[in-house]
Amino acid sequence: MDAILLQILNGLDKGGAYALIALGLTLVFGTLGVVNFAHGALFMMGAFCAVSFNQLIGLEKVTVDPTQMTPWGTPLEVRVPMIENWLGDWGTFILDYSVPFSILMAIPVMIIIGLVMERGLIQFFYRRTHAEQILVTFGLAIVLQEIIKAWFGANPIPQAPPEDLRLAADIGAFLGFEPNTVVYPYWRLIYFLFSAMVIGGVFAFLQLTTFGMVVRAGMADRETVGLFGIDIEKRFTIVFGLAAVVAGLAGVMYTPILPPDYHMGMEFLVLSFVVVVVGGMGSLPGAVAAGFLLGILQSFASMTEVKSIIPGIDQIIIYLVAVIILLVRPRGLLGRKGVMES
Amino acid sequence: MTTITRETARGDLLRFALFAVLILAMPLWLAPLGAGYPDLMQKFAIYGLFAVGFNILFGLTGYLSFGHAAFLGVGSYTAVWSFKLLGMNPLPAIALAIVLAGAFAWVIGFVSLRRTGIYFAILTLAFAQMSYNLAYSVLTPITNGETGLRVLNSDPRVLDHMMGAGEVEGSLVSTLFGIEMNGLPGFYFCAVWLLIGMYVSFRLFRSPFGLMLMAIKSNQNRMNFTGINTRPYALTAFVISGMYAGLAGALLCVTDPLAGAERMQWTASGEVVLMTILGGAGTLLGPMLGAGIIKYSENIFSAFNEQTLHEIFGFLPDGVEGAVVSVASLFVGEGWHLTLGLLFMLIVIFLPGGVIEGGHRIQALLRRRGKGGGADQAHPQAAE
Repeated sequence: MDAILLQILNGLDKGGAYALIALGLTLVFGTLGVVNFAHGALFMMGAFCAVSFNQLIGLEKVTVDPTQMTPWGTPLEVRVPMIENWLGDWGTFILDYSVPFSILMAIPVMIIIGLVMERGLIQFFYRRTHAEQILVTFGLAIVLQEIIKAWFGANPIPQAPPEDLRLAADIGAFLGFEPNTVVYPYWRLIYFLFSAMVIGGVFAFLQLTTFGMVVRAGMADRETVGLFGIDIEKRFTIVFGLAAVVAGLAGVMYTPILPPDYHMGMEFLVLSFVVVVVGGMGSLPGAVAAGFLLGILQSFASMTEVKSIIPGIDQIIIYLVAVIILLVRPRGLLGRKGVMES
Repeated sequence: MTTITRETARGDLLRFALFAVLILAMPLWLAPLGAGYPDLMQKFAIYGLFAVGFNILFGLTGYLSFGHAAFLGVGSYTAVWSFKLLGMNPLPAIALAIVLAGAFAWVIGFVSLRRTGIYFAILTLAFAQMSYNLAYSVLTPITNGETGLRVLNSDPRVLDHMMGAGEVEGSLVSTLFGIEMNGLPGFYFCAVWLLIGMYVSFRLFRSPFGLMLMAIKSNQNRMNFTGINTRPYALTAFVISGMYAGLAGALLCVTDPLAGAERMQWTASGEVVLMTILGGAGTLLGPMLGAGIIKYSENIFSAFNEQTLHEIFGFLPDGVEGAVVSVASLFVGEGWHLTLGLLFMLIVIFLPGGVIEGGHRIQALLRRRGKGGGADQAHPQAAE
């Protein structure tokens, strides 16, 4: 029982990332009708927002302290991050919590990237075929990741979670199991809660605001909304920006779990596409549900007990499930009729 | 629309003969371009074959497969295993690779072709990733994982031993009746296969079967309405193109007996898509042209480094030169993929019909200018 609980928990953080990326993909697909292969690159760029924020606030001021000597007999260089000089304890706090704080930077950056991408490229591909959309965004993804590689290098750059959150929570004891059986790192728990919050936020935005209502109407019947004199295209552009932010935030918060490197986006993209297809193309709840489902399935498949029965199942489980679902339920779990049928 | 008349048949024969001469004379006319050495020409031929095969699926039926590298990988592994078990003769290796890649393609195609459009692309992508992951993990006994599969002196190589050629000094090279398959002979071996593949592709394009595939591309629904089950046709095309990929994979191993899983990665699948599109999907010669352009520029660009750039831009004033070199160095050497990505985007945006269509447009432009306006205009054909 506790082993099962542990595997479910283990799947939640990865599932959260899948769900967030798949949500953005579905949003873009449902509104603009564009298959965006560059969405994984947005996730990756979000992660690198965290990296560059960390590097930015980590800028140090070097002063030479003549009273102290290093073992080599040279004056000791004291390196103090500038932000500590300016803000004192607050600076230390921000340094420690640099990953969550980089969200503040990631949001505007991702909005800008998203809008530029949509206006600069995607908008010319509304009426082109899906194959062409796939190809052009695939090219864009390569370009984006090569730019990141040129700037940050090819090696993963580990990001530390805040000092207080590096430990693991003994969730088992909390729920009445034996202590130390179900131990789960705080940060993964936070990632899950964070992704749940973002997903909730997106759904609330779509369901409860007028803007969201118009967008949903546009997804259902774009032409009629246009007849009401609403410039639906402008709103869809904003939705693209929103999807970029969601993917970016997923990337920012994922950095302490997986050190970001330039090709992390593509790995997640392929899986997220599978998630979207399993959930049902164009269905937002489907994307979220399938994201968590596949994340948890993957964590079950990587248990040693399972692996000893079917070796290698952890490597292919997601694809296998996708194939089975597509054959049994071609529209995906929650897919709607008439969406992407051709 | 293509109609088969005696004239097109004769034109095809002429074009094919011209093509054959061009391919076989490659060492002559590529030498001034700095690409006249065998290793690169082998790549032209092999990837040309890969792209020509991919074109039979994508160009004719419009099904965009993102997993063709898997078949390339299967072909490679099969070929190396045939070297290991049977011997270094390339012919059984190629035969086995084609058969196995075809069988593999049949299985994947059977499942994937139940869906069309983007679903199909993702399904093939999923299968390819699955094979790639498996090759790296569980199938390590067969694929030798990250190290890659290579032929060892201690391998059985039954046929070689029977022929009394079991003991070989130095590294093992694929050998066809005493001719080592590297260098120029290796290129000609690949070139012959390319010509065979090309000829088959020519015939396919003009056959009733090819017309059926084109009909699937232009409107599958209508085909279904007329009571024709299109799936067997698409599946056949898929298997054929998988066999081409298997052949290409085997040839890669014939020229260099080593197979690695990275050949199966999605980037490799993306590359063959790019080659086909760059040259012109659905055209006869386009894919070969695209493969040549990509492999040629890969070779040129990735060989550049800062040093050569400084030499090239040396005529500029110092400050400007530094800036130009630092910008340009992003695109060459390690950054070749950036150029590839940009090229990909530019082609899809501005020239979805590829280089061949570009040629047609220029031709039409010239003709219009010659006639003084307005006979016919090149209409960019929407690649469905």
